[in-house]
Amino acid sequence: MYVTIRDRPAGPPAPDARPVLRRVATTVFLLGAVSMLTDVSSEMVNAVLPLYLTAEVGMGLVAYGFVDGLYQGVSALLRVAGGYAGDRHDRPKWVAVAGYGISAASRLAMVPAHGLASITAVITADRLGKGLRTAPRDALIADVTEPGMLGRAFGVHRALDTLGAAVGPLLAFAVLAAVPGGYSSIWVVSFAVAVVGFAVLVLAVPDRRTAGGGGRPAARDLLRVMVSARLRGPLVACALLGFCTVGDGFLYLSLQRRDGFAAQWFPLLYVGTNISYLCLAVPLGRLADRIGRTPVFLGGHLMLLAGYLVAALPSAGTGWTVATLLLLGVFYAATDGVLAALVSRLIPAGSRGSGLASAQTVQVLARFGSSVAFGVLWTLVGPRDALLIAAALLATAVPVAGWLLREAGDAGPAGSGAAAAAGTAEVVA
Amino acid sequence: MTRLRLAMLAAVTALAVGAAIGYVVYAHGQQASAAAKQPGTPAPGLTAVPAGPRLVFRSTALGSGYGHVAVVPLADPDGPRAVTPATCDRVYARASSALCLVADRGLVTTYKAETLDAGWRVSRSSPLPGLPSRARLSPDGTLSVTTTFVYGDAYTNPGQFSTRTLIGRSTGSPIADLEEFALFINGRRVTAADRNFWGVTFADDDTFYATAATGGHTWLVRGSIAQRRMTSLRADVECPSLSPDKTRIAFKKHGNLPPGHWRLAVYDLRTGRETLLAEQHSVDDQAEWLDDDRILYGMPRTGGASATQDVWVVPADGSGSPRVFVHDAWSPSVVR
Repeated sequence: MYVTIRDRPAGPPAPDARPVLRRVATTVFLLGAVSMLTDVSSEMVNAVLPLYLTAEVGMGLVAYGFVDGLYQGVSALLRVAGGYAGDRHDRPKWVAVAGYGISAASRLAMVPAHGLASITAVITADRLGKGLRTAPRDALIADVTEPGMLGRAFGVHRALDTLGAAVGPLLAFAVLAAVPGGYSSIWVVSFAVAVVGFAVLVLAVPDRRTAGGGGRPAARDLLRVMVSARLRGPLVACALLGFCTVGDGFLYLSLQRRDGFAAQWFPLLYVGTNISYLCLAVPLGRLADRIGRTPVFLGGHLMLLAGYLVAALPSAGTGWTVATLLLLGVFYAATDGVLAALVSRLIPAGSRGSGLASAQTVQVLARFGSSVAFGVLWTLVGPRDALLIAAALLATAVPVAGWLLREAGDAGPAGSGAAAAAGTAEVVA
Repeated sequence: MTRLRLAMLAAVTALAVGAAIGYVVYAHGQQASAAAKQPGTPAPGLTAVPAGPRLVFRSTALGSGYGHVAVVPLADPDGPRAVTPATCDRVYARASSALCLVADRGLVTTYKAETLDAGWRVSRSSPLPGLPSRARLSPDGTLSVTTTFVYGDAYTNPGQFSTRTLIGRSTGSPIADLEEFALFINGRRVTAADRNFWGVTFADDDTFYATAATGGHTWLVRGSIAQRRMTSLRADVECPSLSPDKTRIAFKKHGNLPPGHWRLAVYDLRTGRETLLAEQHSVDDQAEWLDDDRILYGMPRTGGASATQDVWVVPADGSGSPRVFVHDAWSPSVVR
């Protein structure tokens, strides 16, 4: 986070022809604030949900897994719908408003929900809202950002987002400390936080027409963009890499089986990953702007590969566990925002939402498939060999993805490489 | 952003923050007044803990005793309860000690197993790898077993879960993780990595019963600690609980029910006969035998304003009908 704050020029604007374009647009910070507040809200609920379902409602965790597994596919498909709706009506902000609104309203519905069915419905509504809003929001970020600064802008947004995910559980347990067993207090506070985020979006984020006043693209045109030669390579690369990406849960479980430290601090493992992600999202986004998004994106997957190898090492130890978590955080910082930056540049403004949505959907579906396949592999050969197989697949996939992305054509930000480099030097100095 | 919009944003923020704080203060006050109105739930203390046959459980009655271990005499189970200073999410007691699984709620929730002495003080504490699920002690209290759910990041790992079941001595020395024991299902050794075990019930200081799961099926297994092996007896049995006369097993049967639903049943180890109990609702708990004829189990209360549970009782032979044994209670154990 400190990196983000330092990133904003505090003093008078630099003596440059276009100083405004150098820094990250206010809209990106506002959207970051919206995501942060919404994540505080949703992580408040997620942090206490297992305890609530088992200790209070009296459901088993198997039922919880069932609740949790429901939304994945639906959410992925709704992303495309959200991206398309934003492009079709040229008003991505209002699609995002609908998405954030559904999630906020679902918090309030938690108050009367007591049974498995009603809780399932509420959680599904929340995830549907998430699916709907992601692509139009990323399209807005891309729209207000100079192409050479996309990596940095998405880095800032993802860092704020992750910060919200870290604060949410803290707030939830603060409420539980004040009102023991007062889960309805958590739902109410979570709803209030979501309402503030929603208000920032509705009142403060400008309602930009992303197509620049152009005509309404028909579904057929958008479909053409998605299968265009330009996007085909990146989409196939996303699918390929996504399929070689093992779910975090498996990685944490394998650490927990090997290492007493990881077993004792199992619930803390994802925090380690998030801290690493939070700290590196902006620096790696800037690096992507400087040296190109493709190398950083592929490099992130190599870090993941290193993480698998470290997790599969026969020798256990706290150091190795921490290293795995750091590498996983580097992977997220180098790929999540960077993918959005990479894809944004390849698509004309009018169909950006659909393009971003298809890349993210391909990734989510591929990871879902990989999760299922890896589960089977894990059962058949055990955690260590399964991780080694995943590492071998990833080692094969990265060069192929590099070849597929060769025409993504962003070895350096077009025409602004020198400016970006100068800007970086300025901030560092 | 216009000045008007800024003012509106400030107003919405102030309203939301004010309403949230107001609600939390209100809920806090409600709890305090609810506690004041309930003379049956005194503040935690050691006064008047009954010494005869008794039920030890987690009290979920609102007030300062919420989440504390409480004790009632079996002669008057739903009467006034003695609230101990110990707080547990899952508790199991024997005459001289108790096993308490508890979540340390914080920025990141961690979990631990505590051994409580006769004065309900923590005599030993060890970390648990996940969410507390089941706790049991052997009849004489020398062996303890805990089942916890260890789960990955649910966001990227839909539907995956894994259990850890650890057997140890009450003195603190660990004996084994059940995954280390040899598992035989229908006579064949099973080594699949997806083996999961939960819900142990002890017959004596060597023999135990438990649930084993692999490949999407569950089995009742009988195990021996000395031989470090478990053998399947019957399919579709979860969370077994051995009757005091050691002839029957009360358990959760999944059958053809939808995911997350179970029916209480009793399996006779001598005749192999299975009896469905009169409880029609889904029960997700490891049952406890009140005596050789009646079974206790926890169930969430539906329709109430706040989430709470009650301990119910039902005859073990399939007859009769269930009734509430103790209100606002969870995780019962019978101590004689």
